[in-house]
Amino acid sequence: MEAKNLALISPEGLRIDGRKPDEIRDIKMTVGVLENADGSAYVEQGNTKVYAAVYGPREVHPRHLASPDKAVIRCRYHMTPFSVEERKSPAPSRREIELSKVIREALTPAILLEQFPFTVIDVFVEIINADGSTRCASIIAASLALASAGIPMRDLVAACSVGKVNGVLVLDVTDTEDKHGEVDMPLAMMPNRNEVTLLQLDGVLSVEELEKAIAMVSKACRDIYERQKNALKAKYLEARKVN
Amino acid sequence: MMSKVRRKQIMEALSSNKRTDDRGLEDVRNIEIRCGIVPNADGSAEVRLGKTLTIAGVKMNIGVPFPDTPDMGVLIVNAEFLPIASPTFEPGPPDENAIELARVIDRGLRRSEMVDLKQLCIIPGKAVWEIWVDIHALNHDGNLMDASAMASVAALLTATLPKAAVNDKGEVTLDKSARQKLPIKGVPATITVAKVGDKLLIDPCLDEEEIADAFLTMTFIGDKTCSIQKRGEKALSIEETLRCVNIARKKVEELVNAVKEATGYGKN
Repeated sequence: MEAKNLALISPEGLRIDGRKPDEIRDIKMTVGVLENADGSAYVEQGNTKVYAAVYGPREVHPRHLASPDKAVIRCRYHMTPFSVEERKSPAPSRREIELSKVIREALTPAILLEQFPFTVIDVFVEIINADGSTRCASIIAASLALASAGIPMRDLVAACSVGKVNGVLVLDVTDTEDKHGEVDMPLAMMPNRNEVTLLQLDGVLSVEELEKAIAMVSKACRDIYERQKNALKAKYLEARKVN
Repeated sequence: MMSKVRRKQIMEALSSNKRTDDRGLEDVRNIEIRCGIVPNADGSAEVRLGKTLTIAGVKMNIGVPFPDTPDMGVLIVNAEFLPIASPTFEPGPPDENAIELARVIDRGLRRSEMVDLKQLCIIPGKAVWEIWVDIHALNHDGNLMDASAMASVAALLTATLPKAAVNDKGEVTLDKSARQKLPIKGVPATITVAKVGDKLLIDPCLDEEEIADAFLTMTFIGDKTCSIQKRGEKALSIEETLRCVNIARKKVEELVNAVKEATGYGKN
């Protein structure tokens, strides 16, 4: 809510988990983790843990939602009741409804929807444990799940958050940094096309700081993008081994 | 769905940096703000932006603070897109668009620290003022976001609340004869830039909104940004994103002045 006097940056310039300001947490990405889904992925970014599954392109129910010129994309971002400190009701909150919308809009520009008229592509994201930057981890996982479902895409979507804590711009904010820091700004982009598909700012930044933060976070997205490509390749290398 | 003829008309006008209503790309439609139109509300304002009409009402009551901010008042924004406003709106609980609008406006108001919530604490941890801002769209002709944000700001600027005191028994008493204005720290402005084709324009009307690729809604307090939301089904390049910020930044003063004039804020 408001900047507290909590020291989030040490005198040495390190963050409470020992990271440098421009350092992201370790990310583990696994593709093809849920058998029933057409595509799926699991992403672990520090203590933020997320599953994403893609079903489709498939028939639309209810039918009137179908579009004659392109596939419809539906997205559901959902937190498990045990993913946060105090049990969260499993019913979708206003926050989850908003995040489902912005995540859908972050993924839509990447998908060649025109190739699948009259169908729907369902994207489900389940937050297993939340420790900041859950929407970014969700986008990373969902875009891997879409690619592994074999859905033609213009590019993968990478995402990362940038924050401001104790006056310092930092990458990949944790829950504590989000709650006690001054700013949280998630950004998603298609790195190969240099296009932004999600941008939300929550907190005060001067225009100069904003430009700096965007440059910083887009560099991080490029790094995450390389890891996403490696995670996809790893799945296919494994598939070759089995056969 | 829009006819191809209408789409062509808009795109042709845009290709020579014009709009179909003769505006330039960075012109806002005519703004009319009327405050205090709802006697039963603690604050209210109706904003007409071209043909878009939206109303915001403020209601206040004593409530319990959030556990993590025991010494601060509570501000809650809710929005309803009712069928009265558009043939495409349906009755029922707020859909994702109404929820997004309310949450974006909420973040803008909160992060700009427009209302000094600290001064709305009566008994720390026990009793604080709860401010409810309810937004109702009445006629949708595009850019409900900026119109509703302006209505919310104007309603808060003109809202009054009874004087609260604590008696010897530790109970909160209200003196309804002594009403005072809310503690205001600054006046934010919310501006949406739409990308239509390869053009960036502000204050999109409904037809422009329907063919727009993406939107960037920004709230400014002074010359700083305090909230941004990218919306829409297509992407913006990084360069376009920064251009949006600079286009919006130039409009802050004009919008803040319009609200100040209508509310009389800063005059006494």
